[in-house]
Amino acid sequence: MKERITGAEALMRSLEHQGVKTLFGYPGGSIMPTFDALYGHRDKLNHILVRHEQGAAHAAQGFARVSGEVGVCLVTSGPGATNTITGVADAMIDSTPIVVIAGQTPVNLLGTDAFQEVDLVGVTQPISKWSYQIRSAEDVAWAVARAFYIAKSGRPGPVVLDFTKNAQTEMVDYAPVELDFIRTYDPDPTIDEQAIQKAADMINWAKKPFVLVGQGVELGNAQEELRAFLEKGDIPCGCTLLGLSAIASSHPLNKGMLGMHGNLGPNVKTNECDVLIAVGMRFDDRVTGNLATYAKQAKIIHLDIDPSEFNKNVKVDIPVLGNCKKTLAMLTALLEEKKHTEWIDSFKEYEETEYTRVIEKEVCPKTGPLNMGEVVRAVSEATRNEAVLVTDVGQNQMMAARYFKYTRNRSIVTSGGLGTMGFSVPAAIGATFGRPDRTVCAFMGDGGLQMNLQELGTIMEQQAPVKMILMNNNYLGNVRQWQAMFFGRRYSFTPMVNPDYMKIAEAYGIPARRVMKREELQDAIREMLAADGPFLLETCVVEEGNVMPMTPPGGTVNEMLLEC
Amino acid sequence: MNKETKNTEPTMQVLPHREDLGGSIKSLYTIIVHSENIAGLLNQVTAVFTRRQINIESLNVSASSIPGVHKYTITAWTTQDIIEKVVKQIERKIDVLQANYFTDAEIYQHEIALYKVSTPEFQGNPMASKIVRRHSARIVEVNPVFCIVEKNGMSEEITALYDELRAQNCVLQFVRSGRVAITTSCFERVSEYLDMREEQYRQQKKEDNHE
Repeated sequence: MKERITGAEALMRSLEHQGVKTLFGYPGGSIMPTFDALYGHRDKLNHILVRHEQGAAHAAQGFARVSGEVGVCLVTSGPGATNTITGVADAMIDSTPIVVIAGQTPVNLLGTDAFQEVDLVGVTQPISKWSYQIRSAEDVAWAVARAFYIAKSGRPGPVVLDFTKNAQTEMVDYAPVELDFIRTYDPDPTIDEQAIQKAADMINWAKKPFVLVGQGVELGNAQEELRAFLEKGDIPCGCTLLGLSAIASSHPLNKGMLGMHGNLGPNVKTNECDVLIAVGMRFDDRVTGNLATYAKQAKIIHLDIDPSEFNKNVKVDIPVLGNCKKTLAMLTALLEEKKHTEWIDSFKEYEETEYTRVIEKEVCPKTGPLNMGEVVRAVSEATRNEAVLVTDVGQNQMMAARYFKYTRNRSIVTSGGLGTMGFSVPAAIGATFGRPDRTVCAFMGDGGLQMNLQELGTIMEQQAPVKMILMNNNYLGNVRQWQAMFFGRRYSFTPMVNPDYMKIAEAYGIPARRVMKREELQDAIREMLAADGPFLLETCVVEEGNVMPMTPPGGTVNEMLLEC
Repeated sequence: MNKETKNTEPTMQVLPHREDLGGSIKSLYTIIVHSENIAGLLNQVTAVFTRRQINIESLNVSASSIPGVHKYTITAWTTQDIIEKVVKQIERKIDVLQANYFTDAEIYQHEIALYKVSTPEFQGNPMASKIVRRHSARIVEVNPVFCIVEKNGMSEEITALYDELRAQNCVLQFVRSGRVAITTSCFERVSEYLDMREEQYRQQKKEDNHE
């Protein structure tokens, strides 16, 4: 049954056919026919008007990261489209499924430097999983089906649809399109059983095996398979920043966070283990430090769905291609039940060292101004460690990642690969729509909040229940820390002159509270969590606080600095 | 697995020792890419080289023997370690079917070149026509002003003819096609891959229907 409708209407029906209920966007000239069609679909498609298109892209990311569904953005051509690009690049490097639909000048004006024309496909090709220009209404249903299939299958990523204005207004005989096969693209590679056997033999042989848990575990919904694998083999693990909530923080085999500001134990033990099993992670330089000294003693097994990750940074002994939900289960079946008690116990001394020299001082200070870690831990505990953590980028991000506790899957939304300041507020808005049943806590610094401050307008309009925790130190703290450590304390443009955030919150009608004293912290957090809707909690934290421990850039993972 | 050998390194023998990435010996690689015939794909393929600042020596794109599939033959000087990563990142593009790299030993390769020479100079110099014959090149056009010489062959042969003609001072223009190459392996990877993908899909559909 085909029906004759406009391309814009076909887009609405195609989005509904994909199960879309929420989209984030901003109208403009070249996308007006589509927004006109959207007006008639308001009952089914909840469009969230952001205040800047970058916010729409990050909101779609936040939505996707917590829900596992595809986040959708709808913006106009030219500046509307280019404003989403940071979000597209961010989603690419962090494997987040989003579809950005941008208006475009009509086909007959393409290439003429028309008003608000930009070669969006050309610009986004290197930073998207797929980028396609819809030039006629005939293409709409197919392009949307292909976009969603590509965005969410295999290793997820962003897809850009460049929707020419003529294609929005032309008429087309519409019928929904199903698409589950692209001959050039294999999102579920066949698993090589020999590789599984070799990997299992290697793990069974190991005396000191160690697992690196990446976001691939969450993306593959393989959290249970991971737990079963670790428990059967009695193998300790460390988590990457994006993999932190793939296994509960309290699990005895979870030894904490990897990377530059991760925990001491998992970093040191990376260079002591005999078999390193990396699951759905990509050996980012923030995890490996100096590659020439990284895990040289170990045999390396790498489980990933993307073959281009094998040997990209670290040479792998046994690559295991496939969805880790399947490969982990197949490996577990071949594992011998083992106890590695001595090896697991050897993490303890590092945990104790880190606790006494770093964590205790950060989380339980008796005097002085508030610490960032102290604020994070207090918020985490007040939510019974069940909230979704959203972070901005910088010290707030590392402190939040380190001191928040995770009990549930898909609980950390952070800009890992791209390191996008300004990410937290819009991503948290998206997260409240992706999982309205969960508490969403967004930690940010005074730099990051101001980078997408306009999205407070979206929070106001939607009453999106984002619990914003501003950790204000009047500095661009992370850069300041590096300036202190590596640039002779020359604080080049890192002191931040701040506005009165209480007045800003008031102007947006968002309840807010500023905390300067330790004694007020618990009460303020209670007030924030009890508020029905958004809340801004400004904590005035120590100005020159440092995130420790630290592997200096290019340093060796087992030589972390504990003090600076 | 044999119980007795359990505590030895079962797979170690078959694994070469893991080496550092980033070997530094450069050689000329031929990269053959098959893709769907979609606008903008050339850009995506070359962008992988650009990102790593690898200079493309030659590039040839044309329809392949498989309907709807385009074939790219690219040559570039780089290291084996880098070319492996480049090829995987090209293959990662959604509409790329396959990308592989080859050394000269693994392919039969050819180029075509055209040499425009001045007719008076050419006729006035008996060496010039000897050179053309010795190189088995053909003269495809003659008029009072210029002649066009055409030569097929390996890259070095084409360069050699150019060098010799230039020494005679008669070359007005010179152009070469860039390399086209065919693998000398007995496996037709692309057609086999396509058959395999179609078969996988049929299997998957069958399984879905049973469930």
